[in-house]
Amino acid sequence: MSSSATDISLVSAKQPGWNRPPVIEPDGEGELLEVAMGPHHPSTHGVFRMDVALDGERVIRLKPVFGYLHRNHEKLAEGMTYLGSMPFTDRLDYMCPLTNNWAYALAVEKLTGQEVPERAQYLRAILGELTRVVNHASAIGFLIQEMGASGTPLMYAFKEREKILDLFEAITGARMMVNYMRFGGCRVDATPAWLAAVRTVLDGLPRFADEFENLLCGNEILMARTQGVGILRPELAVNAGVTGPMLRASGVNYDIRKVDKYGIYDRFKFRVPLGEHWDVYDRFMIRLLEMRESFGIIDQALKEIPGGPVMDAKAKLRGFRPKAGEAYGRIEAPKGELGFYLISDGGPNPYRYRIRPPSLINLTVLEDMCLGSNVADVVLIFGSVDIVLGEVDR
Amino acid sequence: MKTVEEIKAAIEAAVPGAAVDIMPNPSVSGQHSLRLDAGHAVAVATFLRDDAELSLDFLSNATGVDWPDKEVAEKVKVTRTVTKTVDGVEQQVEETVEETQKRVVPGCLEAVYHLFSVAKGHGPVVIRMKTANRTDQVQLPSLTPVWRSAEFQEREIFDLFGIVFTGHPDLRRLLMWDEFKDHPMRRDYVEPDDFEYEPTAHDEVLARAQGQKKQGTGNRDQGSGS
Repeated sequence: MSSSATDISLVSAKQPGWNRPPVIEPDGEGELLEVAMGPHHPSTHGVFRMDVALDGERVIRLKPVFGYLHRNHEKLAEGMTYLGSMPFTDRLDYMCPLTNNWAYALAVEKLTGQEVPERAQYLRAILGELTRVVNHASAIGFLIQEMGASGTPLMYAFKEREKILDLFEAITGARMMVNYMRFGGCRVDATPAWLAAVRTVLDGLPRFADEFENLLCGNEILMARTQGVGILRPELAVNAGVTGPMLRASGVNYDIRKVDKYGIYDRFKFRVPLGEHWDVYDRFMIRLLEMRESFGIIDQALKEIPGGPVMDAKAKLRGFRPKAGEAYGRIEAPKGELGFYLISDGGPNPYRYRIRPPSLINLTVLEDMCLGSNVADVVLIFGSVDIVLGEVDR
Repeated sequence: MKTVEEIKAAIEAAVPGAAVDIMPNPSVSGQHSLRLDAGHAVAVATFLRDDAELSLDFLSNATGVDWPDKEVAEKVKVTRTVTKTVDGVEQQVEETVEETQKRVVPGCLEAVYHLFSVAKGHGPVVIRMKTANRTDQVQLPSLTPVWRSAEFQEREIFDLFGIVFTGHPDLRRLLMWDEFKDHPMRRDYVEPDDFEYEPTAHDEVLARAQGQKKQGTGNRDQGSGS
């Protein structure tokens, strides 16, 4: 991975097969070793398998195997009312249930044209950004854990996560399975005490980020293990549909909060951090920096949040039948673009209900990133993608 | 961004012979889509990606939709000759009556792609293709050579809907196991009441064990072979 310049010239020529993983020849000495990493490997974040062919320590082929957690959520949703699927979306990316709720609510609102009251928009933004902090802190914690720093960094991340999950529990009634958003607003309003509690937690977060950063960023082992490892070229990242922090770590400025300006994101000032070296270290840094931008967004939202209702008064929860048609709604979930594609035939159930899972599609380039590197780096590269199997397999 | 009509005109100018139909979307989302003919789909997709003005370099979502055969009841006016007795004389009279006729609209499988542009920040442009029927002619051209992000998503469509993508580099089931026979996301899929009908290694072991039980041979005989 020394000269990235030659790679770019190859890409701009758009030769056939430029977006396929390269073929790596074994050096001819000894035999190839085929290893099934997973489905119960501790680094797979669940049940996921990589069939790896090794030439010595070098990866020459890697095929991901999915489906261990498949329950055909899409089929189940077609047999349920629109609202009936809302609690089920919590179980997709179970680290970030609130953004899943939001994406689904947004898609249905696109289908029906419902308005969302101001206060609900602010609550969605606050909860969405808190979710992003939870996800990024945990993702970094898991990444360091997989590097061999057993426990301690992960527990640092989980310490903050607990505080935020307590906030979720206070407003929604559940730490993780929140079932909070509705088509046209949110289920319950926030009390002034809750908003004050968010402020208290928020005030402690920059200190946590500083501490985390001081511990990790200059760490010699972390730098040696992650810098220059798992490089993902921007052209390939875009072509392979990679989204979220992964895409931005490859230097592509694409944040759906800025592009679509869904919700009320046009009112907040925040920056989009971009990577320069396109490697695992950049993906780790981007998450740290995005976390800090999220603190800023929550701070602005807490200052501006107006009073008023949190549900559209005209919103119908029972007997909800959207007009025939279809809609695709998407948000910038912490892991990437989470989209819902709905087709309505005028009935109470969606005719077609499709989830665009960022975790699955970000894995498309896993083989490309891992080829030629050592088998120990596969764990790190995979960890830097940041997936949750509930969403990959659905 | 260009409207679907303008995109249709641009495609037809750039790819000669391509047939593009606009599929209107009556919902408030206003996301109308373009139906491509399978024969020119790859050329059209390459144009959509590489055109300087559209530059739809990012295929976000690819999915399948199943449209089973539908029986439509329509009222048709039928003219026929009937024999009637008018004023005591039998006459042949032409008569027009309304009749309800049932007609079967043949179903199809559909692949839907949502395209965006990272370079220009616009989208979505929705393109779709449909198969000839749902049983034996279920081939569609794969768009994976154009957009790599279709790789896993087309595998998923193949797995759950049964559309066969020609030109896909690695078309295998994605979520269900390889020996699985049916396509669960089809509307007429009936899930088995006994999931053990699927051949698994465990079943073979069980059958062997039960067979041995009936014959009255114990496990001890098996181990003594070596």
